[in-house]
Amino acid sequence: MSQAQGGQEKQSATEKTNPRARPRMRRRLKVAHPERCIGCLGCMFACSRIRTGTVSLQNSAIKVQTQGGIEGDFRVVVCRACADAPCARACPAGALEKKPDGRVVYHRDRCTGCGECEKACLVGAITLGKEKRPIKCIHCGACVQFCPHGVLELEEVPSEG
Amino acid sequence: MLRKVLYIDLTKNESWVEERQELFEDWMGGTGVGIRLLQEECPAGADPLSPAAPIILSIGPLNGIFPVATKTVATFKSPLTGELGESYAGGRLSLAMRFAGHEAVVIRGRAQRPCYISIRDGDVKIKDATSIWGIDAQTTGIILRDREPGVGRRSIIRIGPAGEAGVRYAGVVVDTYRHFGRLGLGAVFGSKRLKALVVSGTEHVDVPEIKRYREVYDRLYQTAVQTSAMEKYHDFGTSVNIGVLNFLKGLPTKNFLASSFDSAESIGGEIFAEKHLLRRLSCAGCPIGCVHIAGLKTAFSPHQEFELRKISYDYEPIYSLGSNLGVGSAEGILQLIDVCERLGLDVMSAGVVLSWATEALEKGLVGSKETLDVPLQWNGVEGYARALENIARAPNEFYEALGRGVECASEKYGGREYAMSLGRNEVSGYHTGPASIVGQLVGVRHSHLDNAGYSIDQKAAKKSMDSESMVEEIIREDDSRGVFNSLVGCLFARGVYTDGNIIDSLGAVGIVKSKEDLQELGRRIFEEKYRFKVREGFDLSRQRIPRRFYETVSTLGMVTPETVEEMIRIYRKKRGWG
Repeated sequence: MSQAQGGQEKQSATEKTNPRARPRMRRRLKVAHPERCIGCLGCMFACSRIRTGTVSLQNSAIKVQTQGGIEGDFRVVVCRACADAPCARACPAGALEKKPDGRVVYHRDRCTGCGECEKACLVGAITLGKEKRPIKCIHCGACVQFCPHGVLELEEVPSEG
Repeated sequence: MLRKVLYIDLTKNESWVEERQELFEDWMGGTGVGIRLLQEECPAGADPLSPAAPIILSIGPLNGIFPVATKTVATFKSPLTGELGESYAGGRLSLAMRFAGHEAVVIRGRAQRPCYISIRDGDVKIKDATSIWGIDAQTTGIILRDREPGVGRRSIIRIGPAGEAGVRYAGVVVDTYRHFGRLGLGAVFGSKRLKALVVSGTEHVDVPEIKRYREVYDRLYQTAVQTSAMEKYHDFGTSVNIGVLNFLKGLPTKNFLASSFDSAESIGGEIFAEKHLLRRLSCAGCPIGCVHIAGLKTAFSPHQEFELRKISYDYEPIYSLGSNLGVGSAEGILQLIDVCERLGLDVMSAGVVLSWATEALEKGLVGSKETLDVPLQWNGVEGYARALENIARAPNEFYEALGRGVECASEKYGGREYAMSLGRNEVSGYHTGPASIVGQLVGVRHSHLDNAGYSIDQKAAKKSMDSESMVEEIIREDDSRGVFNSLVGCLFARGVYTDGNIIDSLGAVGIVKSKEDLQELGRRIFEEKYRFKVREGFDLSRQRIPRRFYETVSTLGMVTPETVEEMIRIYRKKRGWG
């Protein structure tokens, strides 16, 4: 998941250069209107394309799931950016580090691929990929740009600390 | 990208993968690769329902990688026409094949007992389907969803009872609302005792230059969502054309006895949207969402008890099961679409077969002995629903003949002049003028989508065109669609994929082609298909054109046999067929 780290760097770069970035706020992805989803999977492709540089469903941190096929309703699974993040708490290796501002940052070099993070997240937002490394949302908002129906929003929430 | 073909032999119960780099380099993918594989696999003169006749599913280099490249093409020998079978479906199949790592799948032979194929990346299993044989297409999907992995990224394609029974225009239902509808792929599945195929994969694709890929992706995506290139496909969807074609006198009504329908307003896209539209869905990889799903709520008792059915609709089923059968209510049409969905019948052929039968009964060519007392009359929804069930069950000779298509049925019972097929394929919903007739007749699969003759007619209604320029346009579409169908894009998105955009998107996945290369490819694909057609007995000079086309006014006024013959003559000449 070296690509995921690349994405992480990109995020901080954006933050530095973004003149609109106010201090003490952080961005959080939100599923504002799940019932408007048409199942195009554009968000998933955007996530893997922009965050990891691959064409893949598997590498996407956002997941559009079906319940009973496309006759049923879609379920859009995203990271909720929990204030007291269970994934970070569950990580025995310190690979998921909770920053003072509330963000959870992934350190690939510390990760053992044990999967405790995946077990800790009831939502199912963090999952182990093929290489047994977590696929984790960085709240970059790439998916939001490719949702044709306004299902997703990027909101700003007060950071902690 | 490794260009592989997965071979599955149902007789021998085995599968293997072959690298076919050259095949994909020469024929691109999709329909180009499909027709080549059909030439390789299908022996001349093979019975389309015998183990010797193969099924080929193929995708192209853009599927799963660029927006609106969402289709998979099935290539086979059609049990309806006895020559080229080619059908396209959307849904999630192309994506599932991409991530399972198979750009083409060849299915040979015949299983000993009912089976389904489960493909999970490189893992291919042929599994027993005895317990689900005979079950309708919808329920089959529900059952397999629980049995197979890959929620949200898999595709389940399956047949219903019509395919099992070998109805010559049985289709294959793809992910519930999409279909390999035309030309009888469902019957070919049935003949192989193949109930379903489930595909899912977890692979990913690396593109040569991610930056360039993103640039081209963004451009195509923006074109698809922001410009008018695809506008008519969202909102009301294709069904909005009911009103348009009715106004233009191009809407086939009651087996082409008329070209406008007095109840057209009650079955147009606007009414469907207002009364029944529940939601819109999209094929994976397409931001448009043109799949319109209606909710049909019907009371089944006087005690406030209801059935709720979710049914997809489009222009063609509304024509074939609606205006063409004189059915003047959205509810009636939805009910008939639903019957076809469960049985796994092609709605277009089914509607045209029923409209012929209605007229044949009216004119006394058949009687209640043949119809088994099923009342076949215009707007008779209940009777039509029962007749559809009978077509799948074939309780007597008459229904068995109906299950062989309108060409066969009229050979047996008469009424040839109003048996509405071209190239033995039941016609689509346009009586717009000569280009529609000639286009379907000369088209490689005798579909309105081969070259969109109906659209050429409509153009000619605005600005008059002579026969020669109409034919030139048909040829241009024939060839360019061959290229687009080898990618395999959705034809609704052909406005997004300009020549320049096709060249750039291919470039972004490492395939270098010039405009001339693509033109040459289009010609080669067309010729290859005709080679197959002629080998299997198709002869353009000996095709039947139902007289009804010349008796009912069209968008371009009365069509004369002379005009049609002249256009065919010009077509042959321009194709170099003398």
